[in-house]
Amino acid sequence: MLRYILNKIALIIPTFIGITILAFGFVRILPGDPVLVLAGERGISPERHAELLHQFGFDLPIWQQYWIYLSNIAHGDFGISFTTKTPVLRDFLVRFPATLELAFFAMIFAIILGVGLGILAAVRRGSWFEQLSMGTALVGYSMPIFWWGLLLIILFSGMLHWTPVSGRIDLLYFFKPVTGFMTVDALISGQKGAFRSAVSHLILPTIVLGTIPLAVIARQTRSAMLEVLGEDYVRTARAKGLSPSRVIGIHAFRNALIPVVTTIGLQIGTLMAGAILTESIFSWPGIGKWMIDAISKRDYFTVQGGLLLIALSVMAVNLIVDVLYAVINPRIRVQ
Amino acid sequence: MTNEAPAAAEAATLVKSEDARLQRFSEFWYYFSINKGAVAGLVVFALLVLMAIFAPLLAPHSPDDQFRQSFLTPPAWQDGGSWQFVLGTDAVGRDMLSRLIYGARFSLAIGFVVVITALVSGVILGLLAGYCRGWVDTFIMRVMDIILAFPSLLLALVLVAILGPGLVNAMLAIAFVLQPHFARLTRAAVMAEKNREYVVSAKVAGAGHIRLMFSTILPNCLAPLIVQATLSFSNAILEASALGFLGMGAQPPTPEWGTMLAEAREFILRAWWVVTFPGLAILITVFAINLIGDGLRDALDPKLKRS
Repeated sequence: MLRYILNKIALIIPTFIGITILAFGFVRILPGDPVLVLAGERGISPERHAELLHQFGFDLPIWQQYWIYLSNIAHGDFGISFTTKTPVLRDFLVRFPATLELAFFAMIFAIILGVGLGILAAVRRGSWFEQLSMGTALVGYSMPIFWWGLLLIILFSGMLHWTPVSGRIDLLYFFKPVTGFMTVDALISGQKGAFRSAVSHLILPTIVLGTIPLAVIARQTRSAMLEVLGEDYVRTARAKGLSPSRVIGIHAFRNALIPVVTTIGLQIGTLMAGAILTESIFSWPGIGKWMIDAISKRDYFTVQGGLLLIALSVMAVNLIVDVLYAVINPRIRVQ
Repeated sequence: MTNEAPAAAEAATLVKSEDARLQRFSEFWYYFSINKGAVAGLVVFALLVLMAIFAPLLAPHSPDDQFRQSFLTPPAWQDGGSWQFVLGTDAVGRDMLSRLIYGARFSLAIGFVVVITALVSGVILGLLAGYCRGWVDTFIMRVMDIILAFPSLLLALVLVAILGPGLVNAMLAIAFVLQPHFARLTRAAVMAEKNREYVVSAKVAGAGHIRLMFSTILPNCLAPLIVQATLSFSNAILEASALGFLGMGAQPPTPEWGTMLAEAREFILRAWWVVTFPGLAILITVFAINLIGDGLRDALDPKLKRS
């Protein structure tokens, strides 16, 4: 097992180096002088220009710049934001829990509904339920989620006034973040109504972010179940008189689980991309919105650092999924 | 006299291969048409293409004409609507229906350009990697891994930030993030085909590397690529509209559906139609293409046939 994990980590190293090169190259391939781009439209005196060039190390040979960049990263220095003058890593860490909370609930929503729908559709093959649920799943898969979010806002916030339009919690409530998960912190704070407020802010973004993973998981679960339900051992289990729920739940589903887990793991990247859109619609203060803001403000150091940090977190999550996968399925370890 | 016999034989094989092609197509169509959804998707897609081509004839107004008496007119069936603007007007008095019809041109063009760019570059890279193996393979596939390590929309956003916002740059960026999928698929298919007997015999007969790659091996790897191309087509439309929505794709006043949504955002609670229709247009287009993709996968994948 340890060897398997070490092997996986060794495979990641070249990708990691490639990612750092890409993020490093990003600021250098911007058209024009990087300092002028960073200074914006105000212009800059020649002395200050030279000073900044030196400060950022742009006057050194490129390989030396890359080396400094790498060693800075090794020390946890991902650059300083050009607009707020705060370390990029700190900005990232402040916002990361918000995205994590949203992604976590979106995934729970997608897995529970998706797996349930997929199993039911496979069991009732050829019924109107299968047609309807798989048709709906394909609609979900085709959904422009930024539009879907706006529609939900029109319906639930605009017409029915059930949910708030944006943010994570009402401004009435204020407490120190403990876990970074607003729902958990609200519970810990013990303020009346805080938890309710946090949950109501979470509902629409969760649905929006979970829609595409839900559709993918439902489709994948159905086809995995259909494949397994055709196997001999399922027929045997039926023939020896086991109850349908036992056959489906224990014999079939356990074996259909493997492709489903893979699919769930593959959704992490999709989730991050979806978070950019979802957070931008609901003004959710997570890393997706942070990146969009940085890009539109041309805060290139934040974009550079954020790009690297996001790629690293996706890589880390994928590694965890790979390891979990090997725990579930011993055959993987041996290969 | 002596030349006639081989010529006739050649003609016969030509006819034969034509027949075989026809037969293969009719077999494909048989399986494809079983799937009612796929046929419906194809019909909708054909209608969209016709709409895009004949946009100037179909649209009641010019997409850029501003009617100053009618800002945010509701659709015709609502109170205050008029049949002059069937789906209402936007915040500066432009006819929604006409803009939507013209928007089909952008979305479909985006789909075609992105898929062709991604397909061509991905297939070439995949062929090289799968055929040459060794360090060429390692290098190409590592680069593809790096591209795939980023969430696609984020990478596309950053690329557009470097290149400058705009439709052409958005298409390039999306093609760039989609092409690793083609490269991976092609590589896998090439590796499976490379040691088959027909390839070896072509090699023995003296076919060069280029010929082996492109005309011997590639045609036998097409099925998964066609399915992937369809999926990428719908993905490209979704991502381009997302970039437009975030202000990094097509720029206003282009009637691109995502860009229209971005402009409509501030009116969501006042004028539902400026938000609803462009998104619906994206959804219908992407849904139709995905239906076709499902049908193609079922028809082209021999493993799933008759299952």
